[in-house]
Amino acid sequence: MKNIHSFSNSLIQNQQVAPRKNKTLTQNLDWIAVLIYILCVLIGWFNIYAAVYSPEVPTDIFDLSHRAGVQMMWIGTTVLLIICILVVDYKFYDTFAYVIYGLFVLLLIAVLFAGSEINGSRSWIKVGAFSIQPAEFAKLATSLALAKYLSDPAVSLTRSWKDYVPIAGIICLPALLILLSNETGSMLVFASFAVMLYREGMPGIIPAVGMVMAILIVLTLLVLKWFIALGILVVAGLVIWLMPKGTRKNGGTTATVVVAGLMIAVVFGMDFFINNVLQKHQRSRIMVLVDPYSDPRGAGWNVIQSKIAIGSGRLAGKGFLEGTQTKFDFVPEQSTDFIFCTVGEEHGFIGSAVVVCLFVGLIMRLVVLAERQRTRFARVYGYCVAGIIFFHFMINIGMTIGLMPVIGIPLPFFSYGGSSLWSFSILLFIFLKMDSQRPYTLSRT
Amino acid sequence: MLDNRRFVIITFFGLIGTAYLLRLFHLQVLDDSYSIESSANSIKRITEVPFRGQIYDRNGKLMVYNTPVYDLLVTPYKAKVQDTLQFCRLLNIERHTFDSLMTAAASYSRAKPSMFIRQLSREDFARIQDIMVDYPGFEFAKSSMRTYTAPTMANSLGYVSEITGGQLKKQEGFYYQQGDYYGQSGLESFYEKELRGRRGVKFVMQNVNGVVKGSWKDGELDTMAVAGKNLYTGIDFDLQQYADSLMVNKVGSVVAIEPSTGQILAIVSAPNYDPNKLATRHFSENYRELAENPYKPLFNRPVMASYRPGSTFKVIQALAALQQGAISSNTAFSHAGVPMKCHGGGHGNSVPQAVQHSCNPYFYRVFQSMLYNNDLSNTYEASRTGLAKWHDQVAKFGIGERLGVDLPSEYKGSLPDVEYYDKVYGVKRWKFSNVYSLSIGEGELLITPLKMANVAAIIANRGYYYTPHIVSGIGKKDNPLPEYKIRHETGIDRKHFETVIPGMVGAVEAGTVMRLARIADVQIAGKTGTSQNKKGAAHAIFIGFAPADNPKIAIAAFVENGVWGGVSAAPVANLVIERYLKGKTENKAIENYILHKNYMPHIAAPAPKKPEIKDSTKKKELDTPLAEKKAKPVSKTKETTSPGE
Repeated sequence: MKNIHSFSNSLIQNQQVAPRKNKTLTQNLDWIAVLIYILCVLIGWFNIYAAVYSPEVPTDIFDLSHRAGVQMMWIGTTVLLIICILVVDYKFYDTFAYVIYGLFVLLLIAVLFAGSEINGSRSWIKVGAFSIQPAEFAKLATSLALAKYLSDPAVSLTRSWKDYVPIAGIICLPALLILLSNETGSMLVFASFAVMLYREGMPGIIPAVGMVMAILIVLTLLVLKWFIALGILVVAGLVIWLMPKGTRKNGGTTATVVVAGLMIAVVFGMDFFINNVLQKHQRSRIMVLVDPYSDPRGAGWNVIQSKIAIGSGRLAGKGFLEGTQTKFDFVPEQSTDFIFCTVGEEHGFIGSAVVVCLFVGLIMRLVVLAERQRTRFARVYGYCVAGIIFFHFMINIGMTIGLMPVIGIPLPFFSYGGSSLWSFSILLFIFLKMDSQRPYTLSRT
Repeated sequence: MLDNRRFVIITFFGLIGTAYLLRLFHLQVLDDSYSIESSANSIKRITEVPFRGQIYDRNGKLMVYNTPVYDLLVTPYKAKVQDTLQFCRLLNIERHTFDSLMTAAASYSRAKPSMFIRQLSREDFARIQDIMVDYPGFEFAKSSMRTYTAPTMANSLGYVSEITGGQLKKQEGFYYQQGDYYGQSGLESFYEKELRGRRGVKFVMQNVNGVVKGSWKDGELDTMAVAGKNLYTGIDFDLQQYADSLMVNKVGSVVAIEPSTGQILAIVSAPNYDPNKLATRHFSENYRELAENPYKPLFNRPVMASYRPGSTFKVIQALAALQQGAISSNTAFSHAGVPMKCHGGGHGNSVPQAVQHSCNPYFYRVFQSMLYNNDLSNTYEASRTGLAKWHDQVAKFGIGERLGVDLPSEYKGSLPDVEYYDKVYGVKRWKFSNVYSLSIGEGELLITPLKMANVAAIIANRGYYYTPHIVSGIGKKDNPLPEYKIRHETGIDRKHFETVIPGMVGAVEAGTVMRLARIADVQIAGKTGTSQNKKGAAHAIFIGFAPADNPKIAIAAFVENGVWGGVSAAPVANLVIERYLKGKTENKAIENYILHKNYMPHIAAPAPKKPEIKDSTKKKELDTPLAEKKAKPVSKTKETTSPGE
């Protein structure tokens, strides 16, 4: 570590840039991102208060006996955490990336054996009165590890396929452990690294294939698999028929047939997977995406009720603390995963649009920040952060408006819960810290 | 090259964000169905059904009240019945009933509660209340059931039942809803608006488990339920039941009126049935049973059945002729040349004597004098003018039009006029000889028992009447509908009544009424009648009032197939009069006689399965003039249908 320090010091000195030590903690911090962050946390806090508010027993927002009060405490501790992050030297994350990663992998293994079970997933560690979820922090650790690995100039995603193996390993190890602890939602978040990998040179065909797969899965649920197979064959036939003769002779036919065959295999495989491999609650969650009314009192309930809650907000909403859907427990998990319903119901389209814009704004800002990084480490990490927040945003809000399956992942900065608030804040502020130190680093890409 | 990928990524993020905004815009702004569903979810409308008004008799006795009962409601999607058989046993229903009730409820709404079983008694409720906790989706709702203190006056009180689809559609405004009770006949129907009260509506907010979380919009839209108004009737409930008992084993009517007010004291339609039968949840079975009964207990005879008045009409003829000056009190007529027989001999010396002995030839001449009581020499023209005058006079007795009693479906009867005969015979093609049967209350005349009682009241009052009515107070005592406070004049001088009434007194004391039926110490004025019946034995009629000089009660009694008014109808009327005036029955002999008398016609054939009571009875009871004309051969079958006596 000392070597690295002296190395970078010498680099900076050589380049005659500003002194390394910053005057204040907040110097060079990207205020746009910070402002959006503060808005999100505060709006989230007020909405948690609204979600748990009971008109019969009105409580104060600062009352520690209910979730709004507790969330306020979490926000307080988060401020302390952010200060810590800003104090710690940005090089720390680079240096200790693997260590942190290893630590969290160990924690994930530990919860499998020693964790407490909450809501059917064995993924919590109890520390006194509080429970924390290592899975929430695993994203952060994985991001750091991926950034660290990709910061090696020898690693390239365009040149060789060999480098994909460690990357896959870094991603899959925690993902598998999380899957084992029955946190499917948190596991799926690991798909968000595709954004970063794509930016770093992964062929575009891979996310494209992923999306085609997703569409095929949905189709498998909607239509009888034989019809899909027939459809694929018809399309393949058309493609071959319309193909220029040259292409057809140059293996075009074979390629099309192979692709069509693969797709059909995927459909049948998916069908088998959904019906025979998935657990019942997972299957119904996917089924409900297609038709919430297939199980209106069961898995479809959340989707129907949350759509009703949001839809009933109309343009301007029912007003703060006036929501009936969310207030009277029609929407379950309203302070955590379904917090967006409260926004939609009480503040209407205007409120919802503000929240969506805040998120899209933050994510785009993060992309801009990532692109201006001088080190590949910081850029990769920045893209990871953008990808993770985007994925959470897309899935969480998507499920409340019926565009995504019900996957229990929180809405960053909004959802009630210490683990989630802490992990997203740390995730974001590590990157903001890196960004603030940008002038003192040397580009290596 | 790779640097450009940031634009792909940013575009992707932007597209998803835009897609979500569009989706939200659609969900929240364009599509309002979610807003409605949200209200349906959390805002519950609770209706408070007010108690229906109670009905009292003239002495403050309760006749109709409400018994609290419990309705069992089911919300199909919540309902989970594990052991259907046990459930059915608990509620005492058949398995197929359970299935059909469930299907009906589910087809109405899966999410809203529907009626499952109506009117569980308090005992049943107590028995199953605790057990029902184990059956989610079922809930009890408080309701009430019409209850009748005595099995009497069923037709006039009427019944309430669930409003029908047709009635729902026809209603003015939107007050009634599916499942509401609705007065279907009798007073319940006539005073429906007063009796029902006003339903209260409360909007409350409820949570996902249906737990009420307070009022909605601070109760701004809530309305209080207003209980229905009580009805105070002029009925003497004891008298009513006594009259009922006299009419057991008879078909017919008794209507008693207080002449000074027009209040109906008793209104009997025989055979009677227990009104409680149509109040329970076994309504449909009981209703069918009553509808199929060949004696038509659901037919409200006092206002719906009509008869020829027969000899009772002679008093009107006498009064009309006296008023028109066609005759005087001492006019004598000989029997010679009259195509009618007299019951005895030598009754033609004066009006009172003719009334007392009900002398047919005398009234033939009376009517003739009336029709020709003008200067016209042409008998056709004279008859026309005379009949028009006669018609106008008789109509003032309330004959030929609806009286306007507070009961639905009153039959208006028939009083032929000039146009009628012009139509039948042609203009100036008819004269007295064509219409003379009217003179003794036969021919095209049709009246209801209620109207005949009203005629008795008119004579008792010496010339005027108040429209007969049952309810003398709506909401409070002495508050009848305004039309019942109007005094109707017949335009006949008081002195003419003093001519006719002694004849009526004589009829009871030494005339057509059987000796046994006389009531000691009470001077009754009355007139008997026999209404010809083509289907069987003639119907017996008696009208009267008492005491003759200061009448307290006017009455009409109709006993179908009773033949002689003086033998079957007059004893019933006299016993009712005695009970009303004395509060007890002293003439036990005649009471015993009439209680044991059976005038029920023998009906061998099974009941016709026609549900429309009105139509089927018209055929049976009413020989309307037109029907008579069309179906002339009917008289030939007279002997084939066996009479009762």
